[in-house]
Amino acid sequence: MTGLPDHARPILQPILQVENLTKRFPSVLALDNVSMDVKRGEIHCLLGENGAGKSTLSETIYGTYLPDSGKIFFRGAPVEIMSPKDAIAAGISIVHQHFVLVPPLTVLENVILGTQKSGLYMDLKYARERLNELSRNYGVALNLDARVWHLSVGEQQWVEIFKALYIGVDLLILDEPTAVLTPQQSERLFSVIKQMRDEGLAIIFITHKLKEVKAVSDRVTVLRKGKKIATVNTKDVSKQELANMMVGRDVVFTIERQDMPPGEVVFEANNLRALNFHGEEGLRGVSFDVREKEVLGLAGVSGNGQKLLFDVIVGQEKPTEGSLKLAGRDITNTTTSKRMKLGLSSIPEDRIKEGLVMDFMVEENLILGFQRREPFAKGKTLVNQKAIRKFSKKSIEDFDIATPSSKQISKKLSGGNLQKLILAREFSQETKFLIAGQPTRGLDVGSTEYVRRRILEQKRKGAGVLLISEDLDEILNLSDRIAVIFKGELMDIIDVNEADIEQLGLLMAGIQKGEEV
Amino acid sequence: MNNFFQTTIIVGLFASTIRIATPFLFASIGELVTERSGVLNLGIEGILQIGALVGFLITFRTGSHWLGVFGAGFSGIVLGIFMGWMVTTLKLNQTVSGLALNLLAGGIAFYWFRVVFADVGAENLPNLRIFQTARFPILSDIPYIGTIFFRQQWLTYLAFLSVPVVSYFLYRTRVGLQLRCTGENPRAVDMKGLSVAKHQYGALAFGGFMAGVGGSFLTLASSGMFIPEIQAGRGWIAIALVIFGNWIPWRILVVALFFGLIEAVQLTLQALNANVPHQLLLALPYLLTIIALCTAAGRSRSPLHLGLPYKRE
Ligand SMILES: Nc1ncnc2c1ncn2[C@@H]1O[C@H](COP(=O)(O)OP(=O)(O)O)[C@@H](O)[C@H]1O
Ligand SMILES: [Mg+2]
Repeated sequence: MTGLPDHARPILQPILQVENLTKRFPSVLALDNVSMDVKRGEIHCLLGENGAGKSTLSETIYGTYLPDSGKIFFRGAPVEIMSPKDAIAAGISIVHQHFVLVPPLTVLENVILGTQKSGLYMDLKYARERLNELSRNYGVALNLDARVWHLSVGEQQWVEIFKALYIGVDLLILDEPTAVLTPQQSERLFSVIKQMRDEGLAIIFITHKLKEVKAVSDRVTVLRKGKKIATVNTKDVSKQELANMMVGRDVVFTIERQDMPPGEVVFEANNLRALNFHGEEGLRGVSFDVREKEVLGLAGVSGNGQKLLFDVIVGQEKPTEGSLKLAGRDITNTTTSKRMKLGLSSIPEDRIKEGLVMDFMVEENLILGFQRREPFAKGKTLVNQKAIRKFSKKSIEDFDIATPSSKQISKKLSGGNLQKLILAREFSQETKFLIAGQPTRGLDVGSTEYVRRRILEQKRKGAGVLLISEDLDEILNLSDRIAVIFKGELMDIIDVNEADIEQLGLLMAGIQKGEEV
Repeated sequence: MNNFFQTTIIVGLFASTIRIATPFLFASIGELVTERSGVLNLGIEGILQIGALVGFLITFRTGSHWLGVFGAGFSGIVLGIFMGWMVTTLKLNQTVSGLALNLLAGGIAFYWFRVVFADVGAENLPNLRIFQTARFPILSDIPYIGTIFFRQQWLTYLAFLSVPVVSYFLYRTRVGLQLRCTGENPRAVDMKGLSVAKHQYGALAFGGFMAGVGGSFLTLASSGMFIPEIQAGRGWIAIALVIFGNWIPWRILVVALFFGLIEAVQLTLQALNANVPHQLLLALPYLLTIIALCTAAGRSRSPLHLGLPYKRE
């Protein structure tokens, strides 16, 4: 599916024009006088770092947020989009960055929700026909009667897309749709949206990955810190130029991983099995070991058991079978705090819910979990304020945490600084084994770089690291060995020097080497 | 002779099971719809009481039982909408709002009753003739079966009818789908241009209506008189039945009948002067409710967004 060559596509008037859009949230100016336009038959990328305002812009076009000022023109006429209802009526659809599905209901029910305006009954027959037609047209098969929570993340993404297309739209916005897909699934998505473009749709494709901009778009608008930097024809710019526009300074792309001879085995998981939230077996016999001075990357599409594995390793969930060993000791049945004492440090995937208490002060979060230990404990019941103060001062300096004081309430900090806070806490003890769940998700480029450097520093100091990430580039850049998880099983563990992205993508989709696709 | 007694007792037992289940069924089915929209209405107890009082007062004044029932239902709608104002418009904490509604309703009922019947003493409280039970040609005269099923109150038939109707509404209709989605993920509803608040207000109004009517059953079809706190914890049990019934209409019917049966057994044993401490008998239904709730806790699944306010930003 290649689409028409550029010159063969008709040049049309913009279907959407956004003029001087400004949107302020209590804490930030998320959009600062942004203007852009999108034409029919074009894929228009919106590129920017995390926090640049991409989602805010698209949700403002969709009516989720009301702009503080600015105008929107659709099909040449000014429109007042006060709510999603108005956007839908105008012919605008969106696939939100985070799924907005109703997991206990079926695919069919999810798709038809809100699409029918009157009548007592749901016209299920029409709905099935329309969906089958979409399926045929785009070559995507969906089981309409499956409950959404039984679907894989990739399939859920298709449900979202069909939801958006079902009503018949002129402008489709896709907000970071590839974040949860394997490379092959992304390719598939690209060819489908190119087909949509060739059918005359206008498409806004949001991403922070330069590769994707080059792969799909006709034009690209770059946002940085709420400001529009430029709109350019994709074929006229290089990746490096785009990167500089996006970040505002020269970017170093890769962090140098250092090969070093690994030491003793520091962590072992043997045949782990465990039940997930739905009572289904989420881990089905996972075995691996991690050595000192080694990073084992765990690649996989989210929802394949990574979270459960994390919880089992830190001691928040009990395995039904199998054993864990840390620094030579069996820890299968020990508490989280015992494991921490043995040298386990962890960076949880959901830093806001599981890594921090957002209403606590920075200094309180900095010693969370260590309050019963020297020097923070004073006797059995009290804490040593002075020691805490001193430690916080040092941590804030060492880890470059941007906060007015150690007494600041944590929820006022940005994502990057919150993550630094967690690192400062976890690395304050001698770390023998570090487990990091999606440590850079949602962070801007600067913080991402910082976090990665700190993780590699732990490796240099002698720790073993298990890095769980959905970002394949991150896995390839930081790991010495790579394990791929699919439906609660490790597909394979490969040396990074023998790994390529193609093969990893297949493993992430559950396809073994040599197997037919 | 002995045999005849036993049969009469058993028939009576089943007939009262159905009668006793009626107010629970009204309140639970109403609460089910409310909770399916994501709102936990703990004010059911209070609405039952107001319904009981309003139904009683209207019928006492006008002589029309059905007018009393509708008045009670209407008062429930008003209270349901008041709850909606607190939890969806003001986005107050749902637990606190529900408890506040109970206190308010209890206070209003007590005060109103005192004002209206200022001059009567406790010994001669006003009372009225209760609803006539239904009679069906032939059916009502079938031995045993007729007594159990075809000589009940009309309101009882309405309560049982509400089960298939609500089931059909939730699973087969357009608005039913929207309502279920509101309780599971209101954002999905909002992002499709539908109003979360409208669905929740509607569900609360329906839940209030059902509880109001259920309350009127107590005064108009059961006791014939109103005394403060006449609902005696039925609202709380109704909420427990929704959990025990796993938020599914048919299951709620089953557990409401089960609860009615226990209550009926308890009453029968008391009447028979069985050699069991009556305090234990009185506690029996509640003990069983607690046990049932504990066993149901692991297996049941509540609407995912139950009890949480929805804010877009
Ligand atoms: N609902 C919200 N309330 C407050 N701040 C928000 C909200 N949504 C986004 N922001 C802030 O607005 C900025 C832009 O966010 P967003 O549009 O999500 O960026 P992007 O999609 O480019 O990653 C960020 O600083 C973010 O913290
Ligand atoms: Mg975003």
